[in-house]
Amino acid sequence: MSRQIIDCRRLLCPMPVIKVQNAIEGLPGGSQVEAVCTDPGALKDIPAWSRINGHRVVEAATRDGEYIVVVEVVEDSAS
Amino acid sequence: MSEQRKAAALISGGLDSLLAARVMQQQGIHVEGINFYTGFCVEGHTHAIRRRDQKKDKRNNALWVAEQLGIKLHIIDIVEDYKQVLINPRYGYGANLNPCLDCKIFMVHKAYEWIQARGFDFIVTGEVIGQRPMSQRKETMPIVSDESGAHDLLLRPLCAKNLPLTRPEREGWVDREGLYDFSGRSRKPQMALAARFGIEDYAQPAGGCCFLTDEQYAVKLQDLWRARGNKEYEIDDIMLLKVGRHLRPASHYKVIIAREEGEANFMQGYRRLYPSMTTVSHGGPFALIDGDVDDPEIELIARVVARYSQGRSAEQVELSFSDKSGRSRSLKVKPMAAHEIPKEWLI
Ligand code: SF4
Repeated sequence: MSRQIIDCRRLLCPMPVIKVQNAIEGLPGGSQVEAVCTDPGALKDIPAWSRINGHRVVEAATRDGEYIVVVEVVEDSAS
Repeated sequence: MSEQRKAAALISGGLDSLLAARVMQQQGIHVEGINFYTGFCVEGHTHAIRRRDQKKDKRNNALWVAEQLGIKLHIIDIVEDYKQVLINPRYGYGANLNPCLDCKIFMVHKAYEWIQARGFDFIVTGEVIGQRPMSQRKETMPIVSDESGAHDLLLRPLCAKNLPLTRPEREGWVDREGLYDFSGRSRKPQMALAARFGIEDYAQPAGGCCFLTDEQYAVKLQDLWRARGNKEYEIDDIMLLKVGRHLRPASHYKVIIAREEGEANFMQGYRRLYPSMTTVSHGGPFALIDGDVDDPEIELIARVVARYSQGRSAEQVELSFSDKSGRSRSLKVKPMAAHEIPKEWLI
């Protein structure tokens, strides 16, 4: 399964959300996008964006002071 | 069965756009939200930066509103394009540096491009006649519709009954009878409608949706423009205007001093973009220097930063200065006394 890593370090919300959204646009269902963030708000905002746009969060964690959110694209929701 | 029409609603995160979108849903319209990010949006930034705010539950209001409505939300980065709006607003600024009317025209124009690209039928905003002195007046409503290019594809459900018919109404996509005639500054009609929809929890933006309406922020931005001799800015500039204490000892440089740990952490991320300074012998703030400085100026900055450290009354404070490449050197200085820092330096 393809997983794209996007560097959202130093970006403040909603920029990490925008980066995830733009990365997902055009990706086939099942692909994953991993956002590496330093704004803790990303742990809430990326899952919220994913919920309302019908994608699936497979991981949201804090690692070495960074916040990692992995979103899986759900085909029918891509827009 | 008639085709389901699709509307893009401008979602700011406030109550008005929430209600406007809700009214459309009630009429069977498929609604998706658009939220624009200019770089000046208040949304969560200070919470993310300032440690003392971090305990408060931070939420992105636009996302939250979309979730309440059960609609998709598309957040659009307009940081680059927005510069032209802010630098050169045709209709000027509001009370501070907020170019609200130009901003509205621009956002509706962007939304118009968006609906054309996606096959949506019309645009919805939460505007109310007379709600805001600059951008939401009877005279400005047609200006926004026409100059954005959206013309009669722009529908304001909360005050549509006070405005000429739009295409969605003419074509019967929406029922004008189910729209509203709100006007004036009062928030009561909106609150009553919210109650009718069972919406209890919503954001109450004080001045507006962005930092440009904030007086302190506008003063700092104006200072930046004056010092540079033009109104250009980069996203890093406008982010840093939100943090720290800003002092400008001379026109060609300023010092940004963190006020607490959260700000210091955030500012550390800029160490490779700006020269920086921090205290070594005493607990003290982290500082960034915006501008090119020579040795005597570095010493002066060290004395200022020492003034804001725990060594402010010591004979000598040791600091470390680092340039953008990360090379650092140590300095030992006598902290400035409070009265030695001219008031004019503080931005
Ligand atoms: S407050 Fe800011 S975002 Fe809102 S209309 Fe005015 S300039 Fe635009």
